[in-house]
Amino acid sequence: MSEFGNINHNIKPELNITGNEPEELNLDDARRVKVLSPGMLVFKRFIRNKLAVVGFGILLFMFAFAFLGPLFSSYGQTQVFKGVGSMAKDFAGAIYNDELRYTVADGETFSSGDRAQFLFALGKNTNTFSYGDDTYYFVSESEGIYRILQLDPVAEVLRGIYKPMTGENVPKALQKAYETAVQQDLTAFELNGVTYRIVTKGKVTQISTEHDVALAMIPVYDAYNPADIDKISSYKFKLVSSLAISNNEDKFVFDGQNYSIQYDDGQSTIFDSKGAEFAQVSAIIVNPIDQSIFLPVDFKSSVREAINDRQSKFNYIEDNGESVAYSIVRVNNTFNIKKETPTELIRVFEAPSSEHILGLDNNGMDVSTRLMYGGQVSLLVGFVVIFIEVAIGIVIGGISGYFGGWVDTSLMRFVDLFNSIPFWPMILIFGSVMDALEVNPTQRIFLLMMVLGLLSWTGVARIVRGQILSLRELDFMVATEAAGIRTSRRIFKHLVPNVMPLLIVTATAGLGGIIITEATLGFLGLGVKYPLASWGSIINVSSDAYVMTNFWFMWIPAGLLILLTVLGFNFVGDGLRDAYDPKMKR
Amino acid sequence: MRNFIIRRLFLGLIISVFGAMVIYAVIRALPTSYVETIARQRATNPLSTKTYQEWLDQLNQVYKLDVGVVPGFIGWLGNAVRGDFGESWHFGIPVTQKFNQVIWYSVIIQIITFIVEIFISIPLGILAARKQYSKTDYAITVFALMGISLPTFFLATLLKYQFSIKLGWFDLYGLTGRFYNSMTRFEQIVDIGYHMVLPIFTLMMASVGGLMRYTRTNMLEVLNSDYIRTARAKGLSERAVINKHAFRNTLIPLVSYMSYLIPAMFSGALITETLFQIPGIGYVSFQAITRGDIPFAMFYATFIIILTQISLIIADIMYAVVDPRVRAN
Repeated sequence: MSEFGNINHNIKPELNITGNEPEELNLDDARRVKVLSPGMLVFKRFIRNKLAVVGFGILLFMFAFAFLGPLFSSYGQTQVFKGVGSMAKDFAGAIYNDELRYTVADGETFSSGDRAQFLFALGKNTNTFSYGDDTYYFVSESEGIYRILQLDPVAEVLRGIYKPMTGENVPKALQKAYETAVQQDLTAFELNGVTYRIVTKGKVTQISTEHDVALAMIPVYDAYNPADIDKISSYKFKLVSSLAISNNEDKFVFDGQNYSIQYDDGQSTIFDSKGAEFAQVSAIIVNPIDQSIFLPVDFKSSVREAINDRQSKFNYIEDNGESVAYSIVRVNNTFNIKKETPTELIRVFEAPSSEHILGLDNNGMDVSTRLMYGGQVSLLVGFVVIFIEVAIGIVIGGISGYFGGWVDTSLMRFVDLFNSIPFWPMILIFGSVMDALEVNPTQRIFLLMMVLGLLSWTGVARIVRGQILSLRELDFMVATEAAGIRTSRRIFKHLVPNVMPLLIVTATAGLGGIIITEATLGFLGLGVKYPLASWGSIINVSSDAYVMTNFWFMWIPAGLLILLTVLGFNFVGDGLRDAYDPKMKR
Repeated sequence: MRNFIIRRLFLGLIISVFGAMVIYAVIRALPTSYVETIARQRATNPLSTKTYQEWLDQLNQVYKLDVGVVPGFIGWLGNAVRGDFGESWHFGIPVTQKFNQVIWYSVIIQIITFIVEIFISIPLGILAARKQYSKTDYAITVFALMGISLPTFFLATLLKYQFSIKLGWFDLYGLTGRFYNSMTRFEQIVDIGYHMVLPIFTLMMASVGGLMRYTRTNMLEVLNSDYIRTARAKGLSERAVINKHAFRNTLIPLVSYMSYLIPAMFSGALITETLFQIPGIGYVSFQAITRGDIPFAMFYATFIIILTQISLIIADIMYAVVDPRVRAN
């Protein structure tokens, strides 16, 4: 053992073993004493400490993992992995129509005021209504189909006196027919093939002829052939066909052509004279979600059938003969028709596989790759912060310890002031401030390093000051003074290097603490932000109990990496302390 | 001696005020502060007759935010000296009242943790020192360093994963169970105690390592001293040597180490309480700080600063009592 080898550092070991002549050495010959440099001694003591060596190994592994790992990883830090999956997307919507739709006859008008009065009359259960100067009459052909007629007054009757509205006088035949009708309590009568209607307006009774104005109906028409849309939506066709449907007839004639009707549940199909499908009438409206798509009537028909049969699924055979499955989701009165569409999906929370060793995270990014980049950030933050701490600590502590007196007192009070700022409240407020200012993630890391360094340099300053206070009284400092060396040189060239061993020990042990602090901030969501990663921010997802429970691979590896790294720094710090401090030797 | 104490108290006071001022300055820098949020809410209220800016101006006046940082701080300080810390913005009740509601949960948790910690770490530390470099020593050292190296939040998450989710023994969050209100007084106390198990275990694991290593180091120092050699040479039993001669001498540094734990005891465990959502001072102040509740955050920060200063002053006075040279300087 040569524990005291450093005392003999002026004696150089001579390497003359290579010589041929074996030289006789005396027992007290200086060359027999194997001399080691102080650094070598520390190193020897260090590697004798098993824990320290293990810690050093862990740290080497961590550095290799964080800084060399990305070279071998085939993925990027923010690379998002997507896959094709099937997703039910809204394709069309269907609704039971409960609104009357109006078709106005050619050359007639049926204004919104008329419509309002019509609805009002419908609600009051009266068959006549008027708006402005016009009086209307409507006929309920069947449920949801109303034929609206305008009345053209022919004559007015007031207490048996007839007043003609058109022409010179009121024909006797009309008067007679009217009186008969009144006696029989009829509201309409026919004369010479013309229908007259009796409408009482206050004291006056009007006798009017009528003509068709509009059709109000709930069922909607869908054309099988887009070219027929104009014909189908024309007033006349609607009138003829809806009358036929209302009367449950299976054929009708329109424009000299024969049409036949086939009735299904809730919908009727109109075939033209050649027996081809012509139009469909139903109270269910089907519209595509994407307006650019034309929904074929067959599809609408399938939807209506499915809705009437209360089915939640149906198949529709497309033009190319492919059968596609659709599902129907009912929300109140509307039906959403969903189609299973292949969609590009982000593969979130994918379990570990050979492709992604630790799976994918909540953003579809590779967890193991992010751990590597996160390790870079965590380790870098640790080193930069400790560097800031040591730099400020050496300057303040060095000046304070060397000069003493009022400089020392004032600087130490300054240290006290800094020391009084409570760490966690301060760092939390700072995190919130950065959140509020929306600092970009990279700048945020640098600001975080600065603040962590500024909040924790006081410990280092105290250590440096304490050491220098005792060192400056030693002889070698007297020698530097006698040699006339500049003050700054004396402090930083002669005093500070003597403090270095202790500083290295403190810094190594402190690194672990900083990494934990940074990770804790990341965990609370106040540290490093997405898309950048740090070990703490990777664990952050586990604050969601669902993720914590179901996806262990999201947070346990990151936690273990932090634990191992900090443990490594603590082992090495401990080993260094033991190696530098001979008092603690065995 | 009296002069020293007066000087030290005066210094502590100045430092406290400075610390509070720094916190105040930083918290005022929060741009989307609590007041702006409230002003936005009120301005969007259909019944509101004022614009956002008018609300903001009015609220700023009410909350005394319309003045600069320095006058604002002086105003706050003036009220604080008279014991008026204002009303918490986030909780809507006076700060001191909220503090009284929550502080005791934290103190209870900390005291129990402290007692458990002492009973675990001191015996283990002594054991490790007695058998230095044995397998036991290595095991204890590794255990202690593991405790120090384990981030609190990771340990807490692991514990929750294992004991709350896998085994279902404890609730994930909170201080009281679901049927708390229908329980008798005794059952309520048991319920709260049951919910404190995991937080206390977490805190204990995080702090036990430090005390253990401190005990070991001090014990080693004492065991290497001459009077222990003398005691052994006298032929005293090993037990007597350790318990009567060695341990009593390690008590001095241990007690001074523990005196630093007093501020920690009242400032609460911010991280652990937040993770387990224990409504102690730590969790409550975390909520207040992150939401920009200036009165509560200021109160909490000042409280910690003053506690720290008091513990430092006590330590300094103790040193001064022991060492006359300190008094002279």
